[in-house]
Amino acid sequence: MTDATQSGPMLAADGTPLKKSLARSLRRRKLRALALIAPLLLFVLLSFVIPIVSMLFRSVENSIVSETLPLTVIELQHWDAESGELPDEALYAAFTKDMVAAVEAKQHTRLGTRLNYEQTGMSSMFRKSGRQIKRLDVEADAPFKEKLIDIHDGWGDVETWKVIKTHAVPITNGYFLNAVDMRRTPEGAQSQPEDKQILIKLFGRTLFMSLVITGSCILLAYPISYLLANLPMRVSNLLMILVLLPFWTSLLVRTSAWKVMLQQQGVINETLVWLGLVADDARLVIINNQIGTIIAMTHILLPFMVLPMYSVMQTIPETYTRAAKSMGATNWTTFWRIYFPQSIPGIGAGSILVFILSIGYYITPEIVGGTKGVFISNRIAYHISSSLNWGLAAALGTILLAVVLLLYWVYDKIVGIDNVKLG
Amino acid sequence: MFVGAGQGSALLGIVIGAVLMAGLAWVYITVLDNERIARWITILGMGAAGLLLGGITAMIVGLLAGWFFAFFIFWLYEGRYRRKLLPYLTGRQVLWHYAFRVTCGAIFVFLITPILVVLPLSFNAQDFFTFTPEMLRLDPEGYSLKHYRDFFTNNEWQRSFKNSLIIAPIATVISVSLGTLAAIGLSQSHVPGRRAIMGILISPMIVPLIISATGMFFFYSDIGRFLEGTLGMDKNFVGYIKVVLAHAVLGIPFVIITVTATLVGFDQSLTRAAANMGAGPVRTFFKIQMPLILPGVISGGLFAFITSFDEVVVVLFVGSASQKTLPWQMFTGLREQISPTILAVATILVVFSIALLTTVELLRRRSERLRGLSPA
Amino acid sequence: MKVTKTTLMASAIAMVAGGAMAEEMTIVSWGGAYSKSQLKAYHEPYSEKSGVTILNDDSSAEAVAKLRAMNEAGNITWDVVDVVAADAIRLCDEGLAMEIDPDTMLAPAPDGTSAADDFGDLLVSECFIPQIVYSTTFGYRTDLVGDTAPTDVCSIFDLDAYPGKRSLEKRPINNMEWALICDGVAKDDVYDVLATPEGQDQALAKLGTIKDNVVWWSAGADTPQLLADGEVIMGSTYNGRLFSVIEEQKQPVAMLWDAQVFDLDGWIIPAGLSEERQKRALDYIMFATDTQRLADQAKWISYGPARASSAPLVGQHAELGIEMAPHMPTDPENAKNTFLYNYEFWADYRDDIDAKFQAWLAQ
Repeated sequence: MTDATQSGPMLAADGTPLKKSLARSLRRRKLRALALIAPLLLFVLLSFVIPIVSMLFRSVENSIVSETLPLTVIELQHWDAESGELPDEALYAAFTKDMVAAVEAKQHTRLGTRLNYEQTGMSSMFRKSGRQIKRLDVEADAPFKEKLIDIHDGWGDVETWKVIKTHAVPITNGYFLNAVDMRRTPEGAQSQPEDKQILIKLFGRTLFMSLVITGSCILLAYPISYLLANLPMRVSNLLMILVLLPFWTSLLVRTSAWKVMLQQQGVINETLVWLGLVADDARLVIINNQIGTIIAMTHILLPFMVLPMYSVMQTIPETYTRAAKSMGATNWTTFWRIYFPQSIPGIGAGSILVFILSIGYYITPEIVGGTKGVFISNRIAYHISSSLNWGLAAALGTILLAVVLLLYWVYDKIVGIDNVKLG
Repeated sequence: MFVGAGQGSALLGIVIGAVLMAGLAWVYITVLDNERIARWITILGMGAAGLLLGGITAMIVGLLAGWFFAFFIFWLYEGRYRRKLLPYLTGRQVLWHYAFRVTCGAIFVFLITPILVVLPLSFNAQDFFTFTPEMLRLDPEGYSLKHYRDFFTNNEWQRSFKNSLIIAPIATVISVSLGTLAAIGLSQSHVPGRRAIMGILISPMIVPLIISATGMFFFYSDIGRFLEGTLGMDKNFVGYIKVVLAHAVLGIPFVIITVTATLVGFDQSLTRAAANMGAGPVRTFFKIQMPLILPGVISGGLFAFITSFDEVVVVLFVGSASQKTLPWQMFTGLREQISPTILAVATILVVFSIALLTTVELLRRRSERLRGLSPA
Repeated sequence: MKVTKTTLMASAIAMVAGGAMAEEMTIVSWGGAYSKSQLKAYHEPYSEKSGVTILNDDSSAEAVAKLRAMNEAGNITWDVVDVVAADAIRLCDEGLAMEIDPDTMLAPAPDGTSAADDFGDLLVSECFIPQIVYSTTFGYRTDLVGDTAPTDVCSIFDLDAYPGKRSLEKRPINNMEWALICDGVAKDDVYDVLATPEGQDQALAKLGTIKDNVVWWSAGADTPQLLADGEVIMGSTYNGRLFSVIEEQKQPVAMLWDAQVFDLDGWIIPAGLSEERQKRALDYIMFATDTQRLADQAKWISYGPARASSAPLVGQHAELGIEMAPHMPTDPENAKNTFLYNYEFWADYRDDIDAKFQAWLAQ
């Protein structure tokens, strides 16, 4: 700005033009800032982001079919799935050859498991047939078509071959379709049969329950944060221990404590019955359902709401409310027009934390949620450790992550991520 | 009211109880007119009634209730409730004030009850998470220290406790040192791609843990093979490195968030002043910046520590049996066997953290006194 | 970065100080009383004999998933794994467990009978060495079931006679069979019916009649805890867990042995171990599955030893001093009506039916 009004360029102490010198110092500052960030950024990128991305890549990766049945896949390209006719002998021969090799390498049951995700019954077919195909001789026992259909009539069903052909691609959208209750068919994406449609419902339930949990956390955290922020320091610090203690107690312990509390014969019901508030034969059902999950998770996540709210409310000067009151505002107006707007960043920070943490939770719902109070993460955990359908787990995880990132983005736009404070 | 409610229907109980209390209050105030005697009469009378109706436990409840009602009657009658408040408040404002306090009290009770429930259960003489009839009768038979004994003598518990004590501090130190540096870098103006970088650094907090766990498992297996195979490191040592690194990553978002939040209010002219007066960047950092942002760094560190100390999903995947941590052992304790030992451990930890928090608070007050500041 | 290095070094020192690096092996099992019985009967004597330190990892419940991940990552940290027979078959089929030849790799019985004959039909897979015969059966609260104690497995489905909650395992195995038996299917036909989609629907429909009254368990510790709390009036679990609830914890619980389902539990060795580790694992298996060792385990938990030659050696409980034989699932008094679990069927149909069952649960 200044150099425009002068005749020559303004010079810094060492004789270089000031503009250049400033630019250089800015560049140096930028570099220094980046140098400070770099170690951590590299660390997180390497040891977290890359592993997660490679895990999520499993949601589209599908080389198992073409690796286990290489010859069959080539032959299948010549077969017209729409014709309604069984493939010819060449394909059955190729398939037998593939299967003999796969049984030898113990790969066929994995393929069966993989295809079973798409079509129930495939797993048992591959396992059963594997035991008998093993005994066939690739050269001497031809032709195979009749023999295979003899071994299991599934091989004489056009549907079987359609499924194999549909899923022979190395990169598939099949898992993502499954994740939204659809499936990949030769005729394009179609919705799953009625009795298998559960995932969309679960996503909905997860979002709904996380909202309820966030809401009840706001309701409970607001008064006590207000109290903590307005009491003298020595009292509020003592009360803060009550907030921090649960936070420091192991999650597993808190969850089992809630189990002890919420059971039909648990502490809450026993007390209510003893007080005569509830009849012995009409005990409250507050565990193994959504209520149980909501109560326990609200308790577990409440400190995450209190801490940011508290730190924001601490910075609200009391003079504002006094000024409002002295100018004649009622209590309610003072709160609603003066105090509340200033506390919103705290609510925002707490809500985003609680919401994000709650949609990813799975241990607590697993223990107190029964079958109705579980989240999509429980489904992910089930597919990772029981059904071993990692592709579907990765697809569900990707969707969940996308939802969280979207929220993160919205939050950043509205509140700004810098305004998150944790006590 | 409690005793009243115990019999028959709830509403009727409350009404009877309220009438009883009002009668009692009238007697005390007009006839007796001596607070101390009245207090003892109520406490002992309610206690005796409790003992008659339901044994020792009910007696204790009765004693407490008696104490409360005696206090309550005089509190109401003498107008003590106004003593601490501003004199110009209206009746409604006073009522509101106390309603608000009671609500907050209830929320604190909600927060703390689960922990209070755990404490007595850890002395259970049986191997279940159940209040046995013996325990409710306060019969010494129903209580035992055997779960504490189990924790201190059982190798598995001791080993996992030791592992947690090794892993959590190291992971914390890593995430705090790297995280603080990065937060300082991030808080300077003109950082290109600031939002994206922030997003990446916070990602460990927002990816569902089960996904992180499986993803990290494959990655750390590769790292482990490299360290063991190529560098010839010891298998156990590599195992610890893997878990420590995994936990350090999980703790980083908390450090970043808290430290950047503290830095928002940090006055950059202070560092410039220091530089002006000839301090090098390192000296400036440790003498000027660090003391000022220390509260943020400490609270970030605490979060990171707790994250590692309470983490079970990732360690189950990334660790192997020799790195079994306390939460892992607790998890098996819940899943595969019924063992209130985990409650005993929790109790020990709770007592320990109460002691820690109280010490910190006392130290704070002491330093305030020494500095001549009156507590705000 | 400096800090990182120093702390790593500090941790290294701490660890070296913590324990000398002896020979180690990781054995995976189920935890609880069962792991304790293995510790007393196998691990302690073996460590004494060979000097190998044994680390316990109670992760058998996730064994299949973990082994698969380890195999894929080429990082197998387990040496010997305790799994149920169905999991062993699955692991063997997928090439995740190594094949073990009973005649050369296992000890013969004291009278010279070969290991293969001694185990007999219980060797259900080439990779699997059975240790115990256990059964999944029901326990009920004696004080909560009214005057007539249940004697028939179908009481589970009888909400009129026995109102209240019951606990069942969160998987189709066993539940589907009980449902069909109680829906009038003859015991011998159960698996034929269950192989058809209609049969599966029939079983789920029968389970559906009590769905609202079921607490689903997934960990072995659940049903005993639920019974002790009085949360459920009856529930299925492993008979050893019930033994511990009844005899060791003295809870008002009794066994319902009717239609108990026998199953096997035993060892596998993961495929792909280094030669040295494999040798050690085989040495351990040879030791831990000999006649005396299997009989020793029965002193600690009420599961029947898998070797025929061990049965006569079963004695009294090591701590309680009660005779163990009447508590074994194989005792004639208990085994009046048993149900034979079909391994081959479940190996084949597990994926199919499990998918259906889980979808049904979530409905």
